[in-house]
Amino acid sequence: MEALDGNAIGGSLFELFGREMTAVDGACGHCGQVSKLAELRVYAKAPGTVARCRSCGEVVLVLTSIRGQLRATFRQFTLLDNPGAGG
Amino acid sequence: MGGAVLPGRLTWQPGTVVELVPETPRATSIVLELPGWPGHRAGQHVDVRLTAADGYQAQRSYSIASAPEDGYLVLTVGSVPDGEVSPYLAGELRPGDELELRGPVGGYFVWDDSIREPVLLVAGGLGIVPFRSMLRHRQAARGDVAVRLLYSARSLEDVIYREELMRLAAYDEVDIRFALTRQWPRTWHGHSGRIDSRLLSEVSWSAVDRPRVFICGPTPFVETAASTLAAQGQPPDRIKTERFGPAG
Repeated sequence: MEALDGNAIGGSLFELFGREMTAVDGACGHCGQVSKLAELRVYAKAPGTVARCRSCGEVVLVLTSIRGQLRATFRQFTLLDNPGAGG
Repeated sequence: MGGAVLPGRLTWQPGTVVELVPETPRATSIVLELPGWPGHRAGQHVDVRLTAADGYQAQRSYSIASAPEDGYLVLTVGSVPDGEVSPYLAGELRPGDELELRGPVGGYFVWDDSIREPVLLVAGGLGIVPFRSMLRHRQAARGDVAVRLLYSARSLEDVIYREELMRLAAYDEVDIRFALTRQWPRTWHGHSGRIDSRLLSEVSWSAVDRPRVFICGPTPFVETAASTLAAQGQPPDRIKTERFGPAG
C-alpha cells in the first residue's frame, strides 16, 4: 500500500494537541532518526492510522478514532519540542 | 459547542461556495467564502468534511490554491471517479452550497518569507496546488527570491492554472518548465515522458546555492524526485515533501 506522509494527519494532530504539529521534531526510539512529524510515513487505510519512521520503518504513532473520540499513541517516539507550549 | 472560533483550536466552520471554476477536464477549483477564516500561509491545507443524510461522515485534506492575500479561499480538487468525496466536490457542488472546513493546517510544507536562497518547486499533477498559492503569494508580497517550477502533467490540457503560470513565467526570476507524461503536441519542445535524472539536474539549482526544494505529488512521484535530487547532491534537509494518495 502506498504511504502518505505526516502532512496528511496535520488536522488530527492539531485537534489533539491544540496547535500545529507537523513541523515538530521527534526522535525514533528504535533507530534514533530525528524527523519532523510531517516526514513520517503514514498509512491511513489501516484500522486507524499508523505512522512509521521514514528511516527504520518501525511504527512510532497510532491514531484511532473510536466513537468520535480521537486518540494518538506514540510508541518509542520522543517529541523534541514542547507540544504544550501553544501557538 | 458554540460557533465561536477559539484561538489555538481547530474548529469546523462553514464555507459558502461562491464559484466553481473548471480548470481542466479532471480538476475543478472551488472558490469559498469563509467569514471566520483566520488566514493562512502559502502551502497549507484544509480538512473538508461531508456529512450524509444518515450522519455518515467522510473527511479529506486539500491544499489551498489561493494566496493569503486573495479575497477568497480556493481549493482545487481532482475528480477521482470512484472516490467518496471528490466526485461530489468536483461534480455536484453548486454556488451557494455550504461546505464544512477546518484549518489552516500545516507548518512544514509552507512558504517562508524569510527564504533568501533560490527555490525549486517540483509538482506532479495536483501537486501544483500548494505551489500556486506560493507563487501567487510571492508575487503579491513582491518577493524577489528566484524560483524554478518543474510541473509534470499528463498532457497540456491537464496543466492546471496554465494561463496563470504562463504569465508568471514572463518574469525573469520565475522559470517554469512543463513535463508532459502521456500526450504532447507535435510541436512540443518541452520534456516529454516522466521526469528523470537528466531533467532534474537541468532544472535544479547548484547545491552550492543552498537551494530550498519543495516536492508535491502522488507518492511514487515524490519518492522518485526526492531520491533523485538527493542523489545529485541536493542536501536532503533542504528538501520538503508532501504526498497525496489516490483516496478521493
